[in-house]
Amino acid sequence: MRDEIIRFEHFGFQYNAQSEPTLHDINFSVRRGEKVLVCGPSGCGKSTLAHCINGLIPFSYRGERTGSLTIAGKTADALGLFGISRHVGTVLQDSDDQFIGLTVAEDIAFALENDCVADPALHERTARAAALVGIDEGHMRHAPDELSGGQKQRVALAGVMVESVDLLLFDEPLANLDPATGKAAIEMIDDLQKSTGAAVVIIEHRLEDALHRDVDRVVLMGEGRILMDVSPDELLCGDALVKSGIREPLYVTALRYAGVKLTPDMAPRNIAALRLNEADREKVRAWYREQPEEAPGEEAPVLLEAEHIRFAYAGGHEALRDVSLRLRRGELVAIVGTNGAGKSTFSKVVCGFEVQREGALRLEGEDLNALSIKQRAESIGYVMQNPNQMISQVMIFDEVALGLRTRGVPEDEVKARVEAALKTCGLWPFRSWPVSALSFGQKKRVTIASILVLRPRILILDEPTAGQDFRHYTEIMEFLRDLSAQGYTVVMITHDMHLMLEYAGRALVFSGGELIADDACAAVLTDPALIERASLKETSLYALAVMCGIEDGRGFVRRFIAHEREAVRP
Amino acid sequence: MRNLFNYIDRPSPIHRLTGATKLVCLLLWSFAAMLTYDTRLLALLPLLSMGLFMLSRIRLRDVRFMLGFTAVFMVLNNLLVFLFSPQHGVTLFGTRHELFSLGGRYVVTAEQLFYHLNLVLKYLASIPIVLLFVCTTNPSEFAASLNRVGVKYSVAYSVALALRYIPDIQREYHDISQAQQARGIEMTRRQSLFKRLRSAAAILIPLILSSMDRIETISNAMSLRGFGKNKKRTWYMGRRFTGWDFAAMALCLALLLAALALNRINGGRFWNPFAA
Repeated sequence: MRDEIIRFEHFGFQYNAQSEPTLHDINFSVRRGEKVLVCGPSGCGKSTLAHCINGLIPFSYRGERTGSLTIAGKTADALGLFGISRHVGTVLQDSDDQFIGLTVAEDIAFALENDCVADPALHERTARAAALVGIDEGHMRHAPDELSGGQKQRVALAGVMVESVDLLLFDEPLANLDPATGKAAIEMIDDLQKSTGAAVVIIEHRLEDALHRDVDRVVLMGEGRILMDVSPDELLCGDALVKSGIREPLYVTALRYAGVKLTPDMAPRNIAALRLNEADREKVRAWYREQPEEAPGEEAPVLLEAEHIRFAYAGGHEALRDVSLRLRRGELVAIVGTNGAGKSTFSKVVCGFEVQREGALRLEGEDLNALSIKQRAESIGYVMQNPNQMISQVMIFDEVALGLRTRGVPEDEVKARVEAALKTCGLWPFRSWPVSALSFGQKKRVTIASILVLRPRILILDEPTAGQDFRHYTEIMEFLRDLSAQGYTVVMITHDMHLMLEYAGRALVFSGGELIADDACAAVLTDPALIERASLKETSLYALAVMCGIEDGRGFVRRFIAHEREAVRP
Repeated sequence: MRNLFNYIDRPSPIHRLTGATKLVCLLLWSFAAMLTYDTRLLALLPLLSMGLFMLSRIRLRDVRFMLGFTAVFMVLNNLLVFLFSPQHGVTLFGTRHELFSLGGRYVVTAEQLFYHLNLVLKYLASIPIVLLFVCTTNPSEFAASLNRVGVKYSVAYSVALALRYIPDIQREYHDISQAQQARGIEMTRRQSLFKRLRSAAAILIPLILSSMDRIETISNAMSLRGFGKNKKRTWYMGRRFTGWDFAAMALCLALLLAALALNRINGGRFWNPFAA
């Protein structure tokens, strides 16, 4: 068809370095003006599919192709990588690394420069693209480190919109964004698609967030094949999502628990569109009444106490203002807030990487200020977001043993403690493997094991589940919950509202260097003023409760979480 | 951008010159200062650069760190020359006017002092102009300038990329080293060389591995937006030459020609006032 920008027919692909094809028998097309969401678990082939659409396959990643793929009616070989980039504009996942220019204006102009567009058209078109995504004149000379994550993503988008492409491809646009910014990003993509008429393909596994605005179709992938290519309403009525390890929207799960049978005409694609009749609403209310009210647990003893902490980076603004809080033994706590709100800075101060200007930190009453970074690490462990930033040894055993060996622990004790840590982290079967043979999620466990081996009482993790699909997410989070049940205090810095709601007992909300809330997660995510101030996102469960006429929306959220924890999880 | 350039944005005629002009001028000027030991020209260059500094509105305190650094070097250089070769001026100029003695072979001669004067002037002729270039050239414009003076754009752009990503890599190094310190990796001098090397590896290996991932993303991002498509490219920050640009380049070319001419007239690189 003439309108088709992308058309796959019986398409397959196998990377040269791999023994099995990554894509099998792909039949899929995108027409002008269409908006398609591609989702699937890690390793399902969705990134490979994206590479085929933007031409990185076959031009950057080599391999064997079967079947046919046409872009604007031509084959990839006929167009070449640069020819494809005239039709397909790609916004990559990492908005930091794809920011190539020294300033915003230069980055937006990059494609035009390469196209030899001269002034005055060069400046005019750059300014027009910036205006299109809402970047104002004053930001044009800013360097990337002066921008927020959301602004960088706008720049990336302007950088591809600067040439009028037929299709915009987004590779996990919600990764690394706080919830409110992610929501704004989905809205911006939707508005741009409507105003320009370009086709949009979004690759994303955070289904509920991606469906915040309507899409025409959802393509569900699994093991290199397209499992379904249907409207979102149809997709959410079946059980294909749960089977393939994608998290369904929370309100859909809640409706299922309540015994409501979803049909496409109820428009379950997002909570704003959802229509429930009185019988269905009564089912939800009945379910709510049946759930037992959760009894408040006993308070464990206080482990860490922070009092009136103030901190400022050299020559910078005040990054922490009068932060006071307590962590109890065996707690699972989430730290949330926008980038730059003080979450990471607070963790760095607790670990001793930075020293507060004012205020006290006490661990079981003992002043932490007297201890060095290395000494503090024996009580407080810190796990970085990207495991590749921590791993320096070839073998898993050596990596986990590193912290003990640098402390001069005798080798027989090292062996015993490493083995114990490997067992705790489910890495015992891999004990004699090299690190490079592990998946991303397994490497994450190696880094956690390498910290646990020092027997800290508090574990701080920066975005423990970033880039993980639902199955790996659940694995990691269940593991962290086990740790907290064993008495470890687990602190997670996160942008993931689901994670916080489901696993954390309490949320510490940071904004502008201040701790603005310290409360149960269900309370935080149902408080509109707080949500607004800290760039969070209201949980759809609350909207469902309101829709069904349940007065205590917060109570509904709490009972849902309790039900998930008790009844559903093994 | 604190790494290489110390760009200070102030409205001035020097700032208004294109980066390419400033680069060409810097090269011509440096060649002139390098080639000649003619004291008259060497005295003119610092005066001229002082004038340019005033024109550029760059204040002394903006560059005081680099100036201080240079001064230390200059003094050290002069001391070493005198220490190892106290009669260098005599050999150069062929005469010997003794002034006073410091004992042993350290007899101070007028020729030696004159040689040191030339050495000092040489520093004053070449360093301030480099500082001026660094302070008045927008790093964003630098790659465009390199390309304008004939450097291939892929090479020129790699300079811009280095300026762009060096701060990111520094930040990452900092984060990694903090996390590794927590595991007991120490970077202090108290340890043996072998231990220190092992500590460095614990920070550098993760840094290199994560930089490799970054390079892959950057190179994909660049080719997806058409980098390398054509033999040429335009530059958003590039600017057109004006009359002032040509005038500035002509002035610097004149300085170089003067240096060459003086070398010929003096029959060598030195101007010899003692020969009279």
